[in-house]
Amino acid sequence: MRLHRLRDADRPRIALTLEGQAIEAQQGDTLLTALLAGGAGHLRRSEFGDGARAGFCLMGACQDCWVAVEGLGRVRACATLAEPGMAVRRG
Amino acid sequence: MRVAVVGAGPAGVRAVEVLVAAGHRPVWIDEAPEGGGRIYQRPPAPLQRDAKTLYGFEAKRATALHAAFDALKTRADWRPETLAWHIRAGAKRLHTLHRGAQGVVDYDAALLCTGAMDRVIPVPGWTQPGVTTLGGAQIALKAQGCGIGRRVAFLGSGPLLWLIAYQYAKAGAEVVAVLDTTPFATKAAAAPRLLRGGATFAKGLFYVGWLRAHRVRVAEGVTPLAIEGGAEGVTGLRWRDAAGREHEVACDAVGMGWGLKPEAQLADLAGIPFRFDALQHNWVPQRDAAGRTPIAGHYLAGDGAGIGGAEVAELAGARAALALLQDAGQAVDATTVARLDAALAQQQRFRAALDRAFPFPAHLAAALPDDAILCRCEGLRAGELRAAARADNAAGPAPEMNRAKAFSRTGMGRCQGRVCGAAAAEILAAELGQPVKAIGRLRGQPPVKPMPIPAPRPAREAVS
Repeated sequence: MRLHRLRDADRPRIALTLEGQAIEAQQGDTLLTALLAGGAGHLRRSEFGDGARAGFCLMGACQDCWVAVEGLGRVRACATLAEPGMAVRRG
Repeated sequence: MRVAVVGAGPAGVRAVEVLVAAGHRPVWIDEAPEGGGRIYQRPPAPLQRDAKTLYGFEAKRATALHAAFDALKTRADWRPETLAWHIRAGAKRLHTLHRGAQGVVDYDAALLCTGAMDRVIPVPGWTQPGVTTLGGAQIALKAQGCGIGRRVAFLGSGPLLWLIAYQYAKAGAEVVAVLDTTPFATKAAAAPRLLRGGATFAKGLFYVGWLRAHRVRVAEGVTPLAIEGGAEGVTGLRWRDAAGREHEVACDAVGMGWGLKPEAQLADLAGIPFRFDALQHNWVPQRDAAGRTPIAGHYLAGDGAGIGGAEVAELAGARAALALLQDAGQAVDATTVARLDAALAQQQRFRAALDRAFPFPAHLAAALPDDAILCRCEGLRAGELRAAARADNAAGPAPEMNRAKAFSRTGMGRCQGRVCGAAAAEILAAELGQPVKAIGRLRGQPPVKPMPIPAPRPAREAVS
């Protein structure tokens, strides 16, 4: 899944990492936006072996966008703002 | 009198407005950092906030609600980014979580304005990256300036389907198809009554007309077959048209939804009885027209009390706050009460017509193939729920939803059945040969959303 930036797409850039790889995001991105617009493709894998997941409801209800952020623990990517320097692992 | 209001969407804002005007300073809780609710969710500050671009026809209403919120948040005990994860109606206590820290809010009266989320029917392939709810697709665009993909198909029914397709096309996304599962004839039959909705109905027609005029592929009365995908996520959507022909469209994202359902978990935990609203095809907490519930001191307003939309939510929020004040023995303006009651009654008639125009396609949910994932939290397939309802199930057939949950784990995952619950009920009802109303609903459990369990502090190390 790749989110497509349609408007307001020239905000100041911020840098974070996913599994140690650099991800370029923009100020005001949620983690979900930062990762899925930045080429991560997916956010987590189902614990039951049925494949990759990248969120679903985008409003904090489905719990299918969990990622782990160093220092914060497990968060919903859709409900967490991306901050410069965040080190993220897939959930 | 200590008043607690949960939710800062259209209902919560108008409720707090009434309470503040009457001299109260309610505790006001919302999970979001700012007011507006999901419908008028504001983008984080670094994004532009031009109301006309973000909210279209609703810009005036959104701007007015935001202005009201901004003026109120310093006059209430505003607690953003706070989850109300439990309510104990007997003790009149809310349990909260804010940035990892727990808290309690004691109240004399509580007004719950907890909103709604998309009602979903699983489609084979729906858990792949690239598939979101319609509401999710809209939030991506409004609050983040993003489309859920480059080539997007929208699937479902209801006014949101057409609105979001229009918003995406206007924002420059390629909308490859708008697939409405409702047959045209169903909508046409409801049209005369929908005319009562005036401007709302006209806006709906405008979106459909605009999409057709811009040669967006649209189809009505479709049966979704599968969302196709590969390693990168969604690659296409297959469906059968009303005449029985199969089609496939290439796309990299699908937004889907079939109307809304109340986020009524707190009402459930407060012990408010629920009833099955046949027209909405939703379980809704019981309340009177003013928002009073059978549990004294507890009031409901907005979509969390039954789907009515944002305009109704504003009216209902104000009305429920007035009911709360009336019950506390405070004088309220009778003209205002009468005006709100009349407006709510009129909206109710339009809503009923809308529900008739876009009935929930229960048959599509009940027909989910055995090998398709039903419960995305637990990775359960439809066949696993059906097995729990069969006579040869080891513990006997599950006669109702909570027993089926215990047997199959359907709805036991971290979303607590918010996503799969509506479809699971249809599958179980069909398997048992019962009306969906007869098999009950998944009970709410605290915490209403997952929260961290803090590890105990390590014992202090011995000083050597």
